[in-house]
Parts: sequence; C-alpha cells; structure tokens
Amino acid sequence: MKRLTTTTAILALAAGAAAAEGELRVYHWFEYMPQELVDKFEAETGIDVIIDTYDSNEALLASLKAGTLGSYDVAVPGDYMVAIMAGEGLLDTFEEGELTNKANIEDQWLNAPFDAGRVHSIPYQWGSTSVSVNRDIYTGDTNSLSLIFDPPEELKGRINVLDSQGEVMALASIYLGIPQCSQDRDQLRALDELLQTASAHWASFGSDIAKDVLVSGDAAAGMIYNGFSAKAREEGANVEYIYPDEGYVVWMDNVVLLEQAPNRENAIRFMDFLLQPENIAQVTNYAQYAAGITGAAEFTEEALATSPENNPREGAGPGVFIEVCDQATQEVYDQIWTRLRS
Amino acid sequence: MAAGTGSGRTVSATFRPIRGWLLLPSWAIIGFFMVIPVLLMLVYSFLTKEFRGGVIWEPTLAAYDQFLFDRGLFGDEPPTIEWAYITIFIRSILQATGATLLCLLIGFPTAFFIATRPAHTRAIWLFLITIPYWVNLLIRTVSVRFLIRDNGPLNDFLLALGLVDQPLGLINTNFAVQLGLFYSYLPFMVLPIYAAVERYNFAFSEAASDLYAPKWTILRRIVIPVVKPGIIAGCILVFVPSLGAFLAPDLLGGAKTYMIGSLIEEQFKGNAGNWPFGAAASMILLSMVLVVLLFYARGQSREGA
Repeated sequence: MKRLTTTTAILALAAGAAAAEGELRVYHWFEYMPQELVDKFEAETGIDVIIDTYDSNEALLASLKAGTLGSYDVAVPGDYMVAIMAGEGLLDTFEEGELTNKANIEDQWLNAPFDAGRVHSIPYQWGSTSVSVNRDIYTGDTNSLSLIFDPPEELKGRINVLDSQGEVMALASIYLGIPQCSQDRDQLRALDELLQTASAHWASFGSDIAKDVLVSGDAAAGMIYNGFSAKAREEGANVEYIYPDEGYVVWMDNVVLLEQAPNRENAIRFMDFLLQPENIAQVTNYAQYAAGITGAAEFTEEALATSPENNPREGAGPGVFIEVCDQATQEVYDQIWTRLRS
Repeated sequence: MAAGTGSGRTVSATFRPIRGWLLLPSWAIIGFFMVIPVLLMLVYSFLTKEFRGGVIWEPTLAAYDQFLFDRGLFGDEPPTIEWAYITIFIRSILQATGATLLCLLIGFPTAFFIATRPAHTRAIWLFLITIPYWVNLLIRTVSVRFLIRDNGPLNDFLLALGLVDQPLGLINTNFAVQLGLFYSYLPFMVLPIYAAVERYNFAFSEAASDLYAPKWTILRRIVIPVVKPGIIAGCILVFVPSLGAFLAPDLLGGAKTYMIGSLIEEQFKGNAGNWPFGAAASMILLSMVLVVLLFYARGQSREGA
C-alpha cells in the first residue's frame, strides 16, 4: 500500500513535467515487487509506473471482467489463470520478435502447458504452495498434508488456510490421492467430506494474512507459499515449510500482456526489462521464490539456493500445477466451498 | 425551529419558480448512485450466470432457486430446503442484533452522560467520541485484531495479572466479530440518542420525582418514550450496516464463516464468480432492510397520528 501511495505521489508531482514517455499500469499481487526495481525501470525508461493490487487470481479475473479491462497494461496471473484468461479473450498476443529478450526464458518454462510457446506471457516467479508448521508448538515428525486435513491435537483450531479455492481443492485432492478436477462422484463426495471434517479444525481463511498469522502466533500451522514462509522465518517465527509425502502445488506467476492495453509499447518494454536476469533477480531476492530466467541465479542471494523453502526434501511427493476444471466440476467445487463457509 | 418558520414562507416563495432546478442535483445523485445501481442488481438477479463471472441475457429464476433449494452436490436430487444461505442470513441477523443491543446498552448511558454535561463541555465529549473515527474503518478493525489476538496486549495484560492462565482465544470467534461491529458503529448509536436527550426537558423528570415516581419509572415512562425516535434512529443506523458488514467477519472472525456481506463479495470477487446469485442475495438483503424500515415508518406515523 505504501508503495502504491509513494508511486502515486511521485506520479502526481511529475504529472505536469514528465509523461513524455507515458505511463504503465500494472495490476499486481500484494508484496510482490520491490520498490527499487520500479524506481530503476522508471529511471531507465522515463515511464511512470502505476500499480494496483489484488489478492487472488480469481479477484483479478473478476475485476477485469467487471470492466477494468482496458485500464491496465500488464497483470501477473498464476499458471492456471493464464489459461483461463486466454480462453476468456483477456490476453493480447506478442508479435514475432517483439520481445527482444524472450530467448532468456529458461527452456523448461518456454513451452509452459498454460501458454504454449509463450505468446501471451513471460515468467515472473515460480514456487510452491504447501504447509508450514510452527516448530515451537508442533514437534512431531509428520511430513504429510494430514497436518492440515487431519491435524494432530496441538494444531487443532490453530490453522490458517489460504482463501483460494483452487489451492485448497488441489491440495485436498493430492491428500486424498484423487485426480484434480475429478468427475467421479464418489471421489467428489469424499473431497466434500474431507473438507467439512477438516475445516472444523481450521481457525481462519486468508491469503494476505498467511505470513502474519504465523509470525504473530495466531496460527500454529498454515497453508502457505514457500517464499512467504521463508519471509515468516526471516521475521523470527520458528516455522518449517513442509514438502509433503503426498505432493504439493507448484505454481508460476506470469506477466501477461492484457487485451486493450492503453500503453502496449510500454508493457513490452516492461516485460523486456523483467526478462533481464539482473532485474528479475531483484524480485527473487525480495519475494524469495525462483525466477524462470536464464542467468538470474548469478544475481540472487546465495542463501536462496540452499534455503529449505526452495529445496524439496528427499522423498517428498511430486509438485503439480493446479488444473483448470470444466464447468460441471467447478460448480461442484463452488458448492463444496460455500458449504465450507456457511 | 420556531425562528425558521416565520421567514420560511418568503424563502420558499422566492425559490418556487426554480425549485425544480434546485432539486435536480439531489435527484441526479439519487438516480445515478442509488436507483440505477439497484435496478441493475434487480435485473442481474434474474439473468443467467456466465461461467467465471458475468451474465448471459436470458431471464431465469436460477439465482433465487439456488438460494432456496438444495439439489445435492451434483444438482440432480429432488429439491429440499437449502440451509446454507439461510444459516448465513440468520447468523448475520443475530450478529447485527447483538451489535445493536450492545451499542444501545453502552450508547444510551453515554449519550445521556454527554447531554447532561454543562453546555460548554458537551462539544468536547462529542469530539472525543468522534476521534477514533478519523481513522479508516479497515485500520481500526485491524487494530482490534492486534489488541485481542492471543499474543496481543489484552491477553498479555490478563496473563501478567494472573487473571487467566492461558490466552482467552478471542480472535477468529463470533464474539470477536461482535466486538468489531460494536466498536465500528457505536457513534451511530450515541449521536442520535444524544440529539434526542439534549432536547429533553429535565423539568419533566423533576416533576415526576416530586410526585414520588421512582427513578426506574421515570426512565421507563417518561425519558425513554420522549427520546424514542433517537433510540430507533440509532438502532437502524447500527443494525443496517452491521447486517452487510464484511470487514469485521473477515479480519476478526477469520473469514471462516460467511456473513451476508462476505457471501455477496465472494460471488463477485471470489472463486464463485456467480453474479446473478450475488445480485439475488443483495436483493434479499435489501428487502429485509426495507421491511425493518417500513415497520419503523409505520410506527412513526402511528405515533404522529
């Protein structure tokens, strides 16, 4: 928020004088881009950057569909949301050779399943979603998603869960060993039952608070993103990020070019800027995830390479992307989700 | 009041020719910010939902059907009453009622206290009441969260005094939501009651007292009936926003169970993306508020007659 206001204030001051290079309107997650990097981009290009934030992929989609499409140039949706947004016609396509630094994208991310050939998006950061526990409170040696879905006594009633249906459903499916977006009725019933039972032990739903509740001690365990958990540890909480036996969610956030972008050219310059390893590495150092850009590792802090949050332990289950469900399954998910909260 | 009546006629005569134009801004604002959005909601609530947000322009009662009937997880069982949303509405009504009663309990004596201070200090008391409200509601709600959390100052204090041997566990409970609503809307109760009590002529109380009426009777038979419009106005001002609140349930209740406000928010901003259902829930909420206000208006007019 503070960042937003500073940027706006600077913009207001500069509005009369500068603006020759125009502006760039970024729709972004909370706590996800260091101010120094924004400053650097502004200094290099003379473009004014304006940032608004959202707190879930779904909120981003809802806002764009409710009429903000055309007011932003770029946004940063997660993997499955890139596919959904492309399907909804919300994304513009790069022209051949338009992105000078496109070759810097790591091979493994160049043909991402959610954007084949990278025609709408470039990698921003990637990481995982799993569970963290406070080691002062829970000392057991369970490395299972049962920590939140069938919690031990000391964690009951002290669990925060991300307020993100996609992540909760995916992790619950992984825990049950059923495929994501399963259409099998017995499996869906089992999923419903699991979540109804488990949620009795949950204290809160929240994504932006996920780190804070672990640091403050409001929660003793929580579903969380790996980098966010690393930050919680840095802020003094004795938390351990668990790579579960059953597996975990892997995600990649991507900078996408929005349809009807008012400053398309600046958006391309911004993306080229983020495709430079030394720039994207600044985001990595700030958010503690990983960049999908060749050469970024040279500029990232050494501790990140060996941090427990960034390195799955031996014997952990596989990391999987969240899948996009068809309408019928999604409607069942929506019902389960509402029942969970009623 | 009396002073205004004399000059009223001339003023209204002066403005009569252009009265329509003078009202135009009000009508424009009411029309643009109230009538059109509400009509839009009404129309949307009868449209078909588009997958992942948005509407398809085909009329249907599906949204209201979803609110009332449960057709099982897969939508093909015979319909039974859907309790999920009714539960959410009942929870919201209970929370709002609780917050209103709590505000009344604290607000009435506070208003009375202020109104009975010497005239020149009343402004200071009122000023003190409003100070916290210079800060944004979100910040105040987060602050309450910080205060009552398990490792927060309130629990630290109680633990240090030895009054409790473990934190109270207030955060993420219905009680915390209640506290948040009470704190958010207390001035809305104090101010109208104050306005009513300030106009109350205390000679009535003295007269009743001279006639040996006990204090309780004076309060019940004289004071409360006279300041009743203030009390009712305060109750409405607290009840209505509490009913649709979503900040307190989110930040203090842990967003674990929905209130009406969070249910509606979820339809537009969250995973569900079901705009017609969100619109329908809003219309049902609006109707409930209207019913409350109608009862109030009927009561008022009966008293007036």
